[in-house]
Amino acid sequence: MRRKKGKLRELHKEGFSRRDFLKGASMAVSTGLLATQEAGAATPETEPGVLGPGAVPITLEINGKPHSLKVEPRVTLLDALRNRLDLTGAKKVCDRGVCGACTVILDGRPVYACNLLAIEAEGHHIVTIEGLSTEGKLHPVMTAFVNHDAQQCGFCTPGFVVACKAFLDKHPDPTREDVERGLGGNLCRCGTYAGVREAVLEAAKTLKGGRANG
Amino acid sequence: MAKCKYDWPEASDRRLIGKRINRIDGPTKSSGRAKYTYDINLPGLLVAKIYRSPYAHAKITAIDTSEAEKLPGVKTVRIIQGVGKEIQWAGDEIVAVAAVSEDIADDAVRKIKVEFEQLPHFVHEEDLQQAGDHAKEAGGEKGGDPDKAFSDPDVVISEGFYGIPTITHCCLEAHGNVAEWTGANLRTYSSTQNVSGLPGQIGQALREQGVNVPDNNIETICNYVGGGFGSKFSPDRWGIEVAKLAKAAGKPVKLMLDRNMEMEVAGARPSGYAQIKVAAKKDGTIVAWDSHSWGTGGPAGTTMPPLPYVLNIPNKITRHTSISTNTGPGRAWRAPNHPQAALLTMCALDDLAAKLNMDPVEFFSKNADLAGERAEVYRQELRKAAELIDWQKNWHPRGDKSAGTIKRGLGLSLHTWGGRGHNSNCNVTIHPDGSVEVTLGSQDLGTGTRTVIAVVAAETLGLPVEAIRVNIGDSKFPSSGASGGSTTVGGVSASTRRGSVDALQQLLAVVAPSLGVPADQLVAVDGHIQAKGDAAKKLTWKEACAKLQVKTLQVTGKNPGQCALGSSGVGGVQIADVSVDTETGLVKIHKMVAAQDCGLIIDLKTAESQCYGAMIMGITYALFEEKVMDRATGRMLNNNMEFYKLAGIGDIGELVVHMMTGPGYDERGTIGLGEPPVISPGAAISNAVANALGVRVPTLPITPDKVLAALEKGGAA
Amino acid sequence: MEAFEYARPTTNEEVVKLLTGAKGGAQVLAGGTDILSLMKDGVARPARLVSLQHVKELRGITFHPGTGLRLGATATFEELLENPDVRKHYPALAQAAEGVSSPQVRNTGTVAGDLCQRPRCWYYRAGFGLLAIYNGKPLVPDGDNRYHAILGNSGPAYFVSPSSLAPILVALNAKVKLHGPQGARELPVQDFFLTPKNDQEIEHALQPGEIVTEILVPAPGDVKMAVYEVRQKEALDWPLAAAAVVLNLEGDTVKKVRVVLGHVAPVPWPSPEAEEALTGKSVSEDAAWEAGKAALSKATPLSKNVYKVQLARVAVKRAILRAAKGEA
Repeated sequence: MRRKKGKLRELHKEGFSRRDFLKGASMAVSTGLLATQEAGAATPETEPGVLGPGAVPITLEINGKPHSLKVEPRVTLLDALRNRLDLTGAKKVCDRGVCGACTVILDGRPVYACNLLAIEAEGHHIVTIEGLSTEGKLHPVMTAFVNHDAQQCGFCTPGFVVACKAFLDKHPDPTREDVERGLGGNLCRCGTYAGVREAVLEAAKTLKGGRANG
Repeated sequence: MAKCKYDWPEASDRRLIGKRINRIDGPTKSSGRAKYTYDINLPGLLVAKIYRSPYAHAKITAIDTSEAEKLPGVKTVRIIQGVGKEIQWAGDEIVAVAAVSEDIADDAVRKIKVEFEQLPHFVHEEDLQQAGDHAKEAGGEKGGDPDKAFSDPDVVISEGFYGIPTITHCCLEAHGNVAEWTGANLRTYSSTQNVSGLPGQIGQALREQGVNVPDNNIETICNYVGGGFGSKFSPDRWGIEVAKLAKAAGKPVKLMLDRNMEMEVAGARPSGYAQIKVAAKKDGTIVAWDSHSWGTGGPAGTTMPPLPYVLNIPNKITRHTSISTNTGPGRAWRAPNHPQAALLTMCALDDLAAKLNMDPVEFFSKNADLAGERAEVYRQELRKAAELIDWQKNWHPRGDKSAGTIKRGLGLSLHTWGGRGHNSNCNVTIHPDGSVEVTLGSQDLGTGTRTVIAVVAAETLGLPVEAIRVNIGDSKFPSSGASGGSTTVGGVSASTRRGSVDALQQLLAVVAPSLGVPADQLVAVDGHIQAKGDAAKKLTWKEACAKLQVKTLQVTGKNPGQCALGSSGVGGVQIADVSVDTETGLVKIHKMVAAQDCGLIIDLKTAESQCYGAMIMGITYALFEEKVMDRATGRMLNNNMEFYKLAGIGDIGELVVHMMTGPGYDERGTIGLGEPPVISPGAAISNAVANALGVRVPTLPITPDKVLAALEKGGAA
Repeated sequence: MEAFEYARPTTNEEVVKLLTGAKGGAQVLAGGTDILSLMKDGVARPARLVSLQHVKELRGITFHPGTGLRLGATATFEELLENPDVRKHYPALAQAAEGVSSPQVRNTGTVAGDLCQRPRCWYYRAGFGLLAIYNGKPLVPDGDNRYHAILGNSGPAYFVSPSSLAPILVALNAKVKLHGPQGARELPVQDFFLTPKNDQEIEHALQPGEIVTEILVPAPGDVKMAVYEVRQKEALDWPLAAAAVVLNLEGDTVKKVRVVLGHVAPVPWPSPEAEEALTGKSVSEDAAWEAGKAALSKATPLSKNVYKVQLARVAVKRAILRAAKGEA
C-alpha cells in the first residue's frame, strides 16, 4: 500500500497538466490489454494480474475519442472525467449512485459514473453530455429541455438529459407513464420534473421525425 | 394618467414582458457547458477536505495532525477549531487539509487524530416536555380579548397539535468555493446567492483572523450556482478557511462539501410545532386564536413563525418557545418561517372548518377580510384554484365515504409574502456596433434572473431578447443585492429598466439630428429607431448605434429610484388533490393547482417554472423530507440522498399553475416570486389527506407510519 | 475511498486465487453499486478489489424448459428484465427487478450483487458495525428503527435483508452456486442468508475467497407467481416491505403456495403460516388478507416500526392477488 515518492510526483504531474495527456491522447490505442501491459511496467506487480494501488495507465474511449491517462484504481469514472479530462458536464452530487447527476452512457446504456471505477470503464464506449451536442448544435433532448424550461439551477440537468437520451433510445414512443417510470434514477431539487416530462415527450416526437426523414 | 418616464410600458405596448420566453442560459445548461463552482479546474489546483466532529456535543482535548502532514501530496493542514473548543453539533469542522488530489486529502483526513471529552447532547425537540433547559421562552403577542372570545358559549372551538420537522436544503451543488491568490489579490469562485456581498464578508472575516486584505482586493465569481434556497448567503467558515489554505499553500484550493457534510451542516430549515386552539361563530366567522409554538434551528433555537398566518384574527394570544439543539445551525429556507406558519395555521383552521361542517373554500372566502388589503385577491385566487381543481365536483366533507381502500381528498392553503425589489445597480452599455450589454453583480439561482434582465432591456430598447448580452456573477460588476426573499426580480428589473430608458434617451439624442426629428419624438421599435407616427423616418438599430461613432454609451441604472416600478405583498392559494391508500398509508398526489399573483410578470415561462418547482419542492417536504437525528449518537442518520428522500419524476402528479395577471395585478409592478408558491403545499397536502381520511395526520412528512397511526387512533373513513 | 489493488481475472479459478491471495482482505467488484458506496463510507476497506467484468463464465441468462433458469452471477437487472424467457416463465423475477426503479442501477447492478449487497441499516452505514453497537449497547432497539426488522429480530441483528430478488428466488426454490478455494458447492438460496449471532459473523454463507457464480431456478411448472413491494416513492427507493408468492392452483383452489417476505427480517422470510392459511382455499381478497395476517402473526415490531407489520400483511395479500390474476 505504500507509494513511492517518485511515482507520486509522476501522478501529480500527470494529473495536473492537461495539455500533456491530451497530447498523448491522440496517439492512444484503446485496448484494455495494452493498458494492462503498460500498467505492469509502471507498477511492479506484486502478483500477476494485480494493478495498483498506485496509478495505472488506462485508456478511455469517450465520445468516440481515446483518452490515455494514469489513475489509481480507486478513481471513479466521474472523478476521471471531471478532474482529469475537464469534462465537467456530469456532476458530483450524491456520490453514491442514487441521484443521477453523473449519468453517462456506457455501451448504449445509462449508468452512474460515480459508482463505476475509471479502470472498469476501459474497453467500453462512453458517451457524456459533451458528446451529445456537436459543434454547439443542441441535441433534440437539450432543445426540448430549453423549450419546456425543464431546468432551473441546472445542476441535475446534464445527467437528466443524458438519462432522457438513453431512455428515448430504448423507448422511442413513450407515454407519460413510461416517462415517469423510466426516469426514476434522476433527482432534481429545484423541481423541474413537470418540464422534464413534457420535454421528453417533445424530444420523442422530434427524434422520430428525424428518423423518419433521415 | 401622468406617466413617469421609467414606467413599465402599457399592456398594449408590451412585446416581450409577460410572454413565455425561454431562459437565455437554457442551452448552456442543458448542454452541460455551464461552469459551476464545483467545475472550476485551475492549473495547480489543490483540493481541500475537512475533519469533522463525530460528536454532537464535545470539548476538543487533543489534536494530532502529524501523520496527515507527513503524507506525500499533502500541502497544508490547518486547525480550524483547536483544543479547548466546545463543539455544538455533529459534523462541525475541526481540521482542514489541502492536498494535490481529493483522494489524498481524504487519506490525510483519515490520519488526523482528535480526542474529545464528550458532553451530553440534545437533538429531538418535537416533544416539548423533554426539552428541559434547552427550552427558552421566546415571546408572543396578545390582541383583543381571547379569553372572552373563547368563553362565548356560541362559538365552536377546535384544538390540535401540528408540526413540521427540520429539513435540509440539499442543494445539488454542495456549498463550497475555489480560492486563488494572485499577490495581494484574492479571487473566489463561490457557489453563492450573494455575489456582490461576498467579498465584504470574506474580507472582514479574514482581517479578523489576521489576514490583511482589503475588500477591494477580493473578487467573487459565480456564473452558475447549483441551488441555494436560502442557504448560500454567507461564505461560511469553510469559505474563509479555503482562502487561508490557498494563501498558506501558495496555490489555488477547491473546497466543496461532501454530500454528508452538506446534509448535516449546510442546510436546515427550522422546525415548527404548535398546540393550537381556534374558535369561530357557527356561521364560520373566525373569532379567536391561541397558540403555543416551539421549534429548533440548532443551537440558536428559533423565532416564532408569523402566527396566525395570513388572517389577522381579532382575538389572539400567541406564545413561542425556542429550543436549542445540538444540530446543524438553521438557515433561511425559501420563505423563512412561512411554510411553518402556513402548516400550523391552515391545518388548524381547516380542522375548525371541518368541525363547523363548512366547505373550506367557502370558509376561507368568508374570512378573507381578515387578510386586510388583499382580501379580494384571495377571493379571486380561491375561485380560480377551486375552478382548476374542479372543487364543486370533487370536494366532499371530511372522510371519503366511497367504497374501497383508496380514499381521495382535497385540501387548500393560503399564503403571503413581501418580495419588494432589493438595491441594484447596473451598467447598460450600447456599443457603436449595435451590441448591448447589461452588467451587474447579481446571480441567477435558476430563477431566470439573466432572462428577466434581458427581457427588460430588450423590451425597452425595441430589440429581440437575443440582442442583449447579460453579464452577471462577478463582484467587480456594479453591486446588486443578494438573491433572497424574492427580492431579485424586483431589483434587477427596475435597475435594468431605468438604465435602459436612460441609455435609450441618450442614444436618441445622438440620432435625432440625422433623422431631423426631436429626440422626444423618437421611439425604439422592432430593431429600429423611428419617428413617432412617421415610420418612414427611421434607422435600423445598427445604423443608429453607428452614430455613436467611437463613443460607447454607458449608463448606470439603479434601484430604488425614480418612478415606482415594483411593490410588495402577494397572496396565493394552492389546492391539492390526493389519494391515500388506507391499507398502506401511502399518499399519492393526484393533482395540485396554484393560483399565484406577483404583480407584473416579466417572463411568464420562468415565473410558472418557479411555481411548478415550488409545488414539487412542497410535495417533497410534505411527503418525504425530514432530518432524522439519532438520540444516542446525536448524528444525522439520513445524511445521504438514499434515505433523505426527494420526490422523483413519478411522485408529483399533475400540476397546474395559474398566474394572476392583467388589470389589478400588472399595475403593481414587479414583485418577487421565489418564496410564495413554496409556502402552501405542506398545508394543502395535509388538509387534503385529512379530507380523504377524516382524520388529521398531525405532522409532516406524511409517511405511512403516521397515516396508519392516525387511522388507528380515530379514522372515520 | 482508500487506495486498493485491482485485478481483472478471466476465470473463476483466478478470481478465487486473487481473493485469497490479498493481504488486508479482498472484495469482489461486480456492478459496484454497493461495494463502492461502502468503501466511500469507510465501512468496507478492502486492500484489493477483484473485478468480475472479464469473467465470461459468470455471465448470461439461459433457460431450458426441463431444467429451468440459469442466471450468471454478473447478469444485470436490466438483462433480467429484457429476457423474454424470464418475462414469460418467471414474471415475478421481472417484477422484482422492476422494483429497482433506476435504469442506471439496473444497468450495472448484478443478480449476485443483489444477493451479496450489505444491509442498508443506517447505523451500519454510519460505521457502527453490522450489529450497530455503540458504547457497548445496541443502537437499534432504542434508536430510530423505522426501517428495521419486525421478524427474526430478537437480536443482536436488527437489520433487514435488502435483496430484491431473494424473496422470489426462495419462493421458487432456487439454488445458488458458489465457487471457492475448496471448489464449487451449491446451496438453496434460503440457506445462503444467515442471521449473524455475533460481530464475527455476517449475513451470508460465503466463506473467505468464495464467490457466487450462478443462480439456478428450477423450471416453474404450472404455477402463478408475483412480487409486491410497498415503496414510498416511485423513484428509486427501498421497499418498506415486500412479498413474493408462488401459487399452485387446482381450479380456483390453492393446492400449494410459497410465501416469502422481504425487507422485514435479517433474512428473506418464508412464511409457513401464510402458506398454511391459504392452502386449500380459493383465492379471494379475504383469503389473501387472512394469509397476510397469518404471515405476520409472530411479528415482533420495534419501537418505531409497528407500521411495517401492516405493510407486510398488505404486501402478502397483494402479491397473492397479483399472482392469481397472472399479471405480468
